Amino acid sequence: MAVNFGTQRVTPGAHFGTRDWLAQRITATLLTLFTLLVIAAVVFSSGPIGYESWAAIFAPQWMKALTLAVFVSLGYHVWVGMRNIWMDYVKPPGIRLGLHVFTIVWLVACMGWAVQVLWRI
Amino acid sequence: MTEVTRKRPEFRNINAFSDLTTYRMPAAAWVSILHRASGGLMFLLLPLIVWLFDTSLSSEISFARFTSAFSAGVGFVPSWLFKLVVLAIIWAYLHHLLAGVRHVYMDATHKASKAFGKSTALATMVLGVGLTVVLGAKLFGLY
Repeated sequence: MAVNFGTQRVTPGAHFGTRDWLAQRITATLLTLFTLLVIAAVVFSSGPIGYESWAAIFAPQWMKALTLAVFVSLGYHVWVGMRNIWMDYVKPPGIRLGLHVFTIVWLVACMGWAVQVLWRI
Repeated sequence: MTEVTRKRPEFRNINAFSDLTTYRMPAAAWVSILHRASGGLMFLLLPLIVWLFDTSLSSEISFARFTSAFSAGVGFVPSWLFKLVVLAIIWAYLHHLLAGVRHVYMDATHKASKAFGKSTALATMVLGVGLTVVLGAKLFGLY
């Protein structure tokens, strides 16, 4: 029986990373639609553009929930993208692992902050 | 049973300064590398983006801090530098979005001809920079 794990693993090229590939595109579509939604909300808001009209966009509970879903999508999207960058350019496993950990901490910290802002409005 | 793939040649002797700079990149290659660069830039500037989100939304007082960053600067950062960084974020977002739409469209329709790749790559870059100039002019108060 041939060894098919660790450094000896055979990678036939099918379904390796397909899930991340698909997730990257689905989250990208969500982010694009959300961008258009926020632009439309700003364009069609009544009165002058200022704090009141800007905060009003994120005031409804459904918008908070949707924005949270978009933040999570963004986190996943950025994770896949940054992991791709590290895997392409950084070969030493130790440094790469460190950068992966940094990426996750950076993303989760920013997301926590953004979520706190969201429910402060 | 899967066959063991043939070992692909590796080139580890590419010098970033003497070799990479001599590459003649077609338009699609520029869109590709800028897609990556813009994504990486936004990742690094994410705390600033959340700060913009925070100050613009939290309260009237924080909103005043948000607007004064553009008119009077914030901390040791002068307003022109602040606006320049925001302009970089605007370009990065626009380029990343447009290049992403192009990417997903090509994936979905299998339109991958040389001519289509070139024309959409040029459109992506021109539109990205064009919209950045329009929004940048507004940002720097030209209209």
